[in-house]
Amino acid sequence: MAYSKKVIDHYENPRNVGSLDKDADDVGTGLVGAPECGDVMKLQLKISDDGMIEDAKFKTFGCGSAIASSSLATEWVKGKTIDEALEIRNTEIVEELALPPVKIHCSVLAEDAIKQAIEDYKRKREKKGGVQQEETAEA
Amino acid sequence: MATETATREDGTTEGSGRRRVYLDNNATTPCDPRVIEAMTPYFFEKFGNAASRNHEWGWEAEEGVEEARAQIAKAIGADSREIVFTSGATESDNLALLGTVEMYAEKGNHIITVPTEHKAVVDTAKYLESKGVEVTWLTPKPDGLIDLDELRAAVRDDTVLISIMAANNEIGVIQPLSEIAGIANEKGAVFHTDAAQAIGKIPFDVNELGVHLASISGHKVYGPKGIGALYIRRRRPRVRVAIQMHGGGHERGNRSGTLAVPLIVGFGKAVELAVLDLTNGEIDRVRALRDKLYRGLTSKLPESYVNGSMEHRLPGNLNVSFAFVEGESLLMGISDIAVSSGSACTSASLEPSYVLRALGIGDDLAHTSIRFGLGRFTTEADIDYTIDRLVDVVTRLRDLSPLWEMHQDGIDITKIEWQGH
Repeated sequence: MAYSKKVIDHYENPRNVGSLDKDADDVGTGLVGAPECGDVMKLQLKISDDGMIEDAKFKTFGCGSAIASSSLATEWVKGKTIDEALEIRNTEIVEELALPPVKIHCSVLAEDAIKQAIEDYKRKREKKGGVQQEETAEA
Repeated sequence: MATETATREDGTTEGSGRRRVYLDNNATTPCDPRVIEAMTPYFFEKFGNAASRNHEWGWEAEEGVEEARAQIAKAIGADSREIVFTSGATESDNLALLGTVEMYAEKGNHIITVPTEHKAVVDTAKYLESKGVEVTWLTPKPDGLIDLDELRAAVRDDTVLISIMAANNEIGVIQPLSEIAGIANEKGAVFHTDAAQAIGKIPFDVNELGVHLASISGHKVYGPKGIGALYIRRRRPRVRVAIQMHGGGHERGNRSGTLAVPLIVGFGKAVELAVLDLTNGEIDRVRALRDKLYRGLTSKLPESYVNGSMEHRLPGNLNVSFAFVEGESLLMGISDIAVSSGSACTSASLEPSYVLRALGIGDDLAHTSIRFGLGRFTTEADIDYTIDRLVDVVTRLRDLSPLWEMHQDGIDITKIEWQGH
């Protein structure tokens, strides 16, 4: 199978590889896919209090298209607000990387990873918010 | 491999300085230049139809065909009249299975095979199953070998055929053919073996082994593509197969169709040369290189697992799972080295290797498997280069792998609830 130049570029020079502290309050983690299916993506976002995505890191077990999709996702979400990031569609990833039909699921995973990371962040914020409110009430 | 004029002694390509290494010899092999030389006259000077009985063009072509038939027969200890030319091992497998079941329908309606067979056998057996033939699928052991006791228990009086390959195309595992033949003979069942991967790699004598039908292929033994043969035993016992290709009655009526004379001549020469490899030290050379590759990879890369028995294995085959690194991404990183992967992403079906699955190897590891196939033109420099490249790329991809990170952190990834898709 021939890969597009952009897939090869992301594969050879993946952007934003690494991990953020998954326990940090300002970090949301998305872990999608399954080893039995041949792809697992971990996408982490560091988000400021006003909802800006300040940093993004990924690690991916999967084919070249899966690596490229997640690498591209980190590039795209950086500097965006949470709401803007949630608007990223897998079809845009397919188009940008010129993914063939059999690789569309890689782009779906990347979209899911963004959503899951943001959900994780929101859940942490709600939990923390709840604790803060209780503390205020006690004071 | 140094077969092209543009390839230097050290394997680098002229001008580019880029080395290319072909380690996919279980998929196909290049035509040996001696084979091409033998074939060449049969395209123009001796282009006749081997079935033309009344002129020199026909006689020349027939002579070429009969010499090739004798070369092949001699190589496997058979009689020339027991060799039927086909378009390749797939056709031979089809002829063997379909032809036997049809021919011996009065004896019974039961066949025995293994899920790790080549698709040419697996899919033909499934087709027969859909037509009402009863098929027993043996369960291979985790090392890929069949369980002889299970086979013994499965053979019945109405079993017409046992089809078990000599050596597996993915994991190179060699089956105990003479024991299987013994079991088949006890019950009067026909024993067919797909020997496409075995010829020229392990001793293969039809009488010593006692096989009744054997499929062989040209392009796996440094011969041309599009040509193969089915060995059909004529004596002790005489085995017959029902015709699957109707027409002019070529090949003693067993397989109609004008003979592919140049391919047959090349096939004969290739098989003759291939069996010489068994005694001239070539097989030992390949085995030593394979063992070097095995040691180099597994000593430098932790969490690397060999698939299939190392003991009962073709000398040029190695199949390794590099855990936590997906196979297709690994192939992409070594595009200068030709190998195959059991990863789903490399197949149209999106399912990982059915052979590894049948051995009970999990899909997660099957996705990370790589098959190396060494051959006649593999050099030590090729192997050194391959080890270095594999270690580099696997290490790089593991740094990129969330599963490797979890493994390093002591997390058991089998305990995680993954969301499949």
